[in-house]
Amino acid sequence: MSNDNSTTKEKVTSTDEFIKGLWRDNPVFVQVLGMCPVLAVSNTAENALAMGLATAFVLLMSNILVSLLRNFVPKQVRIASYILIIATFVTVTDYAIQAISVELHKSLGAFISLIVVNCLILSRAEAFASKNTIGRSILDALGMGFGFTLALFCLGAVREILGNGSIFNVPLFSEGYQSWIVMILPAGGFFTLALWLLIINAIQTRKVKS
Amino acid sequence: MSDSSNIAMQNPANSKKMLVAMVGIGIISAFLIVLTYELTLPRVQRLKAEALEKAIFEVLPGTVSTQTFGVNTDGTLFKIEDENKPESTVYAGYDKDEKLVGYAVEAAGQGYADIIRIIYGYDPDEQILIGFQVLESKETPGLGDKIEKEEAFLNNFKDLDVSVSADGQLKNKVITVKQGEKQNAWEIDGITGATISSRAIGDIIGTSTMEVVPILHEDYKKGQNKMNSNEQR
Repeated sequence: MSNDNSTTKEKVTSTDEFIKGLWRDNPVFVQVLGMCPVLAVSNTAENALAMGLATAFVLLMSNILVSLLRNFVPKQVRIASYILIIATFVTVTDYAIQAISVELHKSLGAFISLIVVNCLILSRAEAFASKNTIGRSILDALGMGFGFTLALFCLGAVREILGNGSIFNVPLFSEGYQSWIVMILPAGGFFTLALWLLIINAIQTRKVKS
Repeated sequence: MSDSSNIAMQNPANSKKMLVAMVGIGIISAFLIVLTYELTLPRVQRLKAEALEKAIFEVLPGTVSTQTFGVNTDGTLFKIEDENKPESTVYAGYDKDEKLVGYAVEAAGQGYADIIRIIYGYDPDEQILIGFQVLESKETPGLGDKIEKEEAFLNNFKDLDVSVSADGQLKNKVITVKQGEKQNAWEIDGITGATISSRAIGDIIGTSTMEVVPILHEDYKKGQNKMNSNEQR
């Protein structure tokens, strides 16, 4: 925990490159990036998981391509080219999800196309993939992608259990359970996110102290 | 001096490089998108057809087989066997004794966010709508998409009056009213919090039933006459 500064890339091991996205630099709980899908699509565990995996896939593919082309793209047009690359993979993902399940595509709806403007993906392209080798970029994307998925799932599970009394559409409580509807509405997203941030921060401060 | 001349000399080469980079990435992107589109298209079409079939079974309870019809401009139905469907399509559903259960009609119209595509089931015997399902919509999650989930709203379409009067027109146009204000059998009880979306459904069904239901009614009567004459023979 003490040497958070990872500018000395050479010394960072491969596993660390992967682990950092899951916990130390978790995109949602620590970097607080990409809040739009985090708040909007985390109303059920299934939606959250699908959205997280879709984002992780786009992140992985765009990181690979950006890293491949990092010596070829001039500085002046790098952001434009990143956006082009990201938009391409979002479109690919959109078609892929449609081919997997029409139902899933229906429930994710407009949020698939909105992966384009997820700042997590652009930030990884700019801050990491454009400066590192393909191998490291893949590890980084996997770590960040799974970290994002994990965080979304944490939110989605809590919201679905409290707001709908179920998990993955399987009812958890008896008929009498009065579901807490506010949790699946947008306001519930903010409540749950705040709760998780509180927990994660409490753990991390305790670690630093000890 | 040498610096500025350097920049001046680099500039044209640089913009060429930029152009090459952007065009190159553009071509890669286009290739990837077209490739995925072509690869997924057959499966997407099959899934959509399956979803439509499921929707027909849903809005016409008891159906086991279907027949697709197109609507001629002069108001008669014709059978469609191949995949090329015209704009307005009607599906007749039959139960296991080959008896007509009803007609499923596809309709579409402007919702709050985008075009909403729906399908509804029409029972020509009782002259009512007996089922309804949203095929495609991009309504706001949590608000507008209640038109797909809210049971009280969906119950509207289990017994919605669309009876045809003697002159071959619909007696009453289907319309959405405010939640809790439904008084007549042809009114749809709206949803508070999804006012525009639920009204849009009323409009779509209203317009579509005005057009299609008289045709279906006519077709059904003819079919019955035919059956009767067959029995007499």
